[in-house]
Amino acid sequence: MKKKKIFEDIIHGIFLIIGLITVGCVLLITIYLIVSGIPAIRQIGLFNFLFGQKWDSTASEPSFGILPFILTSIYGTAGAILLGVPLGLFCAIYLAKCASKRFKIVLETLVSLMAGIPSVIYGLVGMLVLVPAIRNIFHLADGASLLAAIIVLAIMILPSIIKQAITALAAVPKEYEAASLALGATPIETYFRVSLPASKSGIAAAVVLGVGRAIGEAMAVMMVAGNVANMPSLFQSVRFLTTAVASEMSYSSGLQQQALFSIALVLFLFIMLINATLNFFLKRERKN
Amino acid sequence: MKKVISLIASIALLATTITGCGSSQKSVSTDGSTSMEKVIGVLSEAYSKQTGITVTYNPTGSSAGIKAVQDGSCDIGLSSRNLKQAEIDAGLQATILAYDGIAIIVNPQNTVSDLTITQIADIYTENIKNWSEVGGSNTEIVKIGREAGSGTRDGFETITGTSDKCLYRQELASTGDVIATVAGNPNAIGYASYASIKDTVKALSVNQVAPSETTIKSGTYEIQRPFVLVTKKDQKLSNEAQKFFDYMTSSNAKNLIAAAGVVAAN
Repeated sequence: MKKKKIFEDIIHGIFLIIGLITVGCVLLITIYLIVSGIPAIRQIGLFNFLFGQKWDSTASEPSFGILPFILTSIYGTAGAILLGVPLGLFCAIYLAKCASKRFKIVLETLVSLMAGIPSVIYGLVGMLVLVPAIRNIFHLADGASLLAAIIVLAIMILPSIIKQAITALAAVPKEYEAASLALGATPIETYFRVSLPASKSGIAAAVVLGVGRAIGEAMAVMMVAGNVANMPSLFQSVRFLTTAVASEMSYSSGLQQQALFSIALVLFLFIMLINATLNFFLKRERKN
Repeated sequence: MKKVISLIASIALLATTITGCGSSQKSVSTDGSTSMEKVIGVLSEAYSKQTGITVTYNPTGSSAGIKAVQDGSCDIGLSSRNLKQAEIDAGLQATILAYDGIAIIVNPQNTVSDLTITQIADIYTENIKNWSEVGGSNTEIVKIGREAGSGTRDGFETITGTSDKCLYRQELASTGDVIATVAGNPNAIGYASYASIKDTVKALSVNQVAPSETTIKSGTYEIQRPFVLVTKKDQKLSNEAQKFFDYMTSSNAKNLIAAAGVVAAN
């Protein structure tokens, strides 16, 4: 009996340590980012850094304004949401409510598979298929643009939106729908007027999840967006917050490197904000 | 909780001090050109494996590296430009390790096959915007370049005299990306290390000289620059540094230098 207790305690201790390591990692990253991100902001000036329109980090007189990156990240994410959410939502409604069981299983497996594809593959296909296609369709000189990035991001956020939305829709009590149907509403009316409003917190969480995924993506975007620090415009080459860090990090030094850490800090704050929103919606859903 | 954090912090601190101390014994220090990072990296790695002597590299830039040799704060200076007369007068000696040839590449469908350096500079600064102005079809020129801080970009812009003035349509983070993009767009022009050029793109001749190992070595192909080892003329290198110097300039290192994408001088 006593032996068993000691064994239990040891296991308990091991799990505790493992848990603490995870928490420690998060804290370490946070502290490291803040410590290494602040100096450059101090030197450049918060206003000049956040609202400067020109990024020219290796010029003889360098300028470090990240407004183009911030706006590009916001526009790109918004565009991806605009395209991805309706598509994902309708897909989720179909899968949760209308599809036959067998078809549903096949489609859900495909959606899961889509979530597992590495982002570099999305980027590669985007680079080799999407970018030339945009060039030909819109008669541009070059197709690497904000539009290409938006399309790639919209596809990439689909699986997380679909899965989260299916969960939310499935959680709607059967009685609600039965009541609506009994009152004479058609199934489609029921899904849109009853099921959707009843699961709106969960769907909001799905959207926020998509935002988080889109704003944090670097690799796929780097391969299709062109990476020039222009102010965002649909057919121009643009650079996101993530790609700004990723593309220049390898050769950077001095203030340039510190400024990249500051960009990472800004990105980190964005993600924190999104996570807080996500938690808010998820908590509200659980209360319902 | 606090204990765990302090434990992790102290382990991290310990790890950095250990690696920091490891190089103090029997090591060769190099300092200078960021463009030479790859070639020095390849050479020092192979050398350390053979002899156990570590080689440190401090990427500070050519001028800073030359100055570091003068101060005696490093063994071998690395420069991606020839020494100026003042620097030679100050008692420094240059040994050319390799030549970095930068090929100007276009899509194979492009009918243009030769440009002058002035035309290339005009294209990248948008004085020339259309291929028809240099004898090609009537389409916009799409300028592909590398990210800020890249050695190839630095070399290209220095040689063509377009530093900080290039207006790119795309800034890509690797040579492979540049080649793939140029191969996929008939309007594109780009630049890449000569050694990494593939058949999917067409390398232009510059001032009527096509890039090849011979023309780069002889200097007739103009978009190239030397990678120079800088040492003091009247002062002997330390034993280890001399050995590493001999290793780098020996014919054994030729393949390694080629692997780093440049043409060996010997």
